Amino acid sequence: MINASGLIKNFGHRRAVDDVSFEAQKGAVVGILGPNGAGKTTTIRMVAGFLTPDAGTVWVNGIDVAADPVAAQKHIGYMPETSPLYEDMTVSGFLRFLAEVRGFNGVQRQRRVDEVIERCFLQPVRNQSIDTLSKGYRQRTCFAQTLLHDPDILLLDEPTEGLDPNQKQVVRDMIREMSKEKVIMLSTHVLEEVEAICTRAIIISAGKVVADAAPAALKERSNRYNAVTLDVEGDGVPAVLETFPNIGKIRTLATDGNRTRLFLLPKLGKPIAAEVLETVREKHWKLFDMKVDEGRLDDVFRRITTTEDTREAE
Amino acid sequence: MKENLHHIAAVAKREWRAYFDSPVAYVFIIIFLMLAGFFTFSIARFFEAGQADLTGFFQWHPWLYMILVPAVAMRLWAEERRSGTIELLFTVSVTPLQALLGKFIAAWLFMILALALTFPVVLTAVYLGSPDLGTVASAYLGSALLAGAYVAAGMFTSALTRNQVISFILAVVIGLFLILAGYPPVTDLLAHRMPGWLVDGVASFSFMPHFEALQRGVIDLRDLAYFASVMVFMLFSTQVVLKNKVGK
Repeated sequence: MINASGLIKNFGHRRAVDDVSFEAQKGAVVGILGPNGAGKTTTIRMVAGFLTPDAGTVWVNGIDVAADPVAAQKHIGYMPETSPLYEDMTVSGFLRFLAEVRGFNGVQRQRRVDEVIERCFLQPVRNQSIDTLSKGYRQRTCFAQTLLHDPDILLLDEPTEGLDPNQKQVVRDMIREMSKEKVIMLSTHVLEEVEAICTRAIIISAGKVVADAAPAALKERSNRYNAVTLDVEGDGVPAVLETFPNIGKIRTLATDGNRTRLFLLPKLGKPIAAEVLETVREKHWKLFDMKVDEGRLDDVFRRITTTEDTREAE
Repeated sequence: MKENLHHIAAVAKREWRAYFDSPVAYVFIIIFLMLAGFFTFSIARFFEAGQADLTGFFQWHPWLYMILVPAVAMRLWAEERRSGTIELLFTVSVTPLQALLGKFIAAWLFMILALALTFPVVLTAVYLGSPDLGTVASAYLGSALLAGAYVAAGMFTSALTRNQVISFILAVVIGLFLILAGYPPVTDLLAHRMPGWLVDGVASFSFMPHFEALQRGVIDLRDLAYFASVMVFMLFSTQVVLKNKVGK
C-alpha cells in the first residue's frame, strides 16, 4: 500500500506540490487528475523515489521512500511520463537489462522477459530496435518493464497518452486485469479514462488535493446530477412540473404541438425522477423518452479546478 | 554487497553493448588506431629514428586522448538525461554510485581495448630491434591509467549537462589543462605572476610528469596514486553532481 502525508515540493520559488496526502490499498486503481502543471508528475515521482520531497513522507509497504529508495523501489514498478527507453537496444535486450537489474539471472531472467513480452503483446517486435517502434509499442515496452519483478505497486504516469483508441483499450485492459492483486496509481488528464478504470480519483489543482473520492461520488457533485430529460405529450406539462419543490430549473428543449422535450434541473442534486414518472402516469401523459443524468466528471473537474485557479490568482 | 556488484555489472554490460551496437565503437577504434599510427610513423618518424623504443608512440597519447576520450564519455550521462532514461535507471533500485561505476568501467575497458589493439606497433619494434619490454609494459600501464583519468573527467562533464557538445568541449578543456599545467611554457608564464608554491601546485596537477615517469619504465607508487586520485576525485564529483541534479 501507499501512504503519503503532507508532501511538499518546491522548484525554485514555485511550489509544485503543496501538502498532498493520500492513501491507497491493494485492489485500488487510483487516478490522479489535474490540469497540466498541477503537480501530478511531481507527486508520482516522489512516490517512485525519483524526487525527494521537501517535507512530508511517502511510505510504500511501510518503507519510507526518501529514507530508503532502494528498498522501496523493489516494491514498485514505475513507468515515467513519455516512456523513456534506451533507443539503441532491442525490446528484448532492454527488458533483459532491466530484469538483470531487478535481480534475475540466467533461465529465470529469460522466463520473466518472455512472460512480460507475452503479457504486453510485444511478441511481434521483440527483436526490433526500440528507435524504430511506434508510439503504442514504445508505451507498452515501458509498461512491460514495470511488471518484470511482479511488484505490489504500479505507478503509471500518463500510460495512455498519445495512443489511438484501440491501443488505449489494450493498455486499459491490462491495467484492469492486474488491478485485483496490486495497488495501481496512474496520472492522466483524460477523464473518460478515470471513469473507465479507476476506483478512485484524486484531483490535484495548483499542487493541492481538491477532491479525493470514487468517480461516481465525484459525479454526484455535478450540477447535472439527477437531472432529468423528459420527452412527453400532454396538456400543460411545464406548468405542472413548475410546482415541484425539488425542481430548480426547467428548460424547454423542443416543442411540437402538445409534445415537449424538457430538461429538468433538480435543486442540490435531489432525486426527482420518481416523482416525475409518477406524475406522468397520473396525468396519463404519453411518455416518449426519459433520461436521468449521472452527472458529468468534466463538469466537476472544470468547476473544482477553475475555482482553485481563480482563488490562486487573487 | 552482492547486489552492488550485480547492479554495477548490469550497467557496465549495457554500456559496453551500447558502444558495439552502434557504429561508435568501430569508428572510434579505427580512427584511434589510424591517428596513433600516423603520429608514430609520420610525425615521430619511428623508422627513421633508428631506435627500438616506443617513446614516439606513447608521447602522443595524452593529446589523442584529449580529443577522443571525451567523444566516448560525452554520452554517458548527457544522453540519459536528454532522453529521460535516467528516471528509469534511478527508480529501479540502482544508486547513482552503482550506475556511475558501471558506466566508468565500461568506458574505461573500451579505451583499454582500443589501446590493446595498438599491439602491432610493439610487434614492429620487436621485429626491428629489441625494445625493453618491461618499459613497454610500464608505458602501457601509464597510458591505460591516463585513459582512465580522461574517462573519469569526461564522465564528470557529461553529468553536468544534457548537451553532448557542451560536455565534449568542457572535457577537452579539462584535458588540455591537465596536459599543459606542467609544461615549461605554461609554468614559465605563471612563474612571473604567481608565487613559486602556487606554480608548483598547479604544475603538480599535470598528467605529464606522472605519465612520462611510467613511459620511462619507472613504476612509482606516487604516480599510480596520482592517477587513482584523479579518477576518484572525478567520480566523486560526478556523484555529487548527479545527487544534486537528479531527485531535486
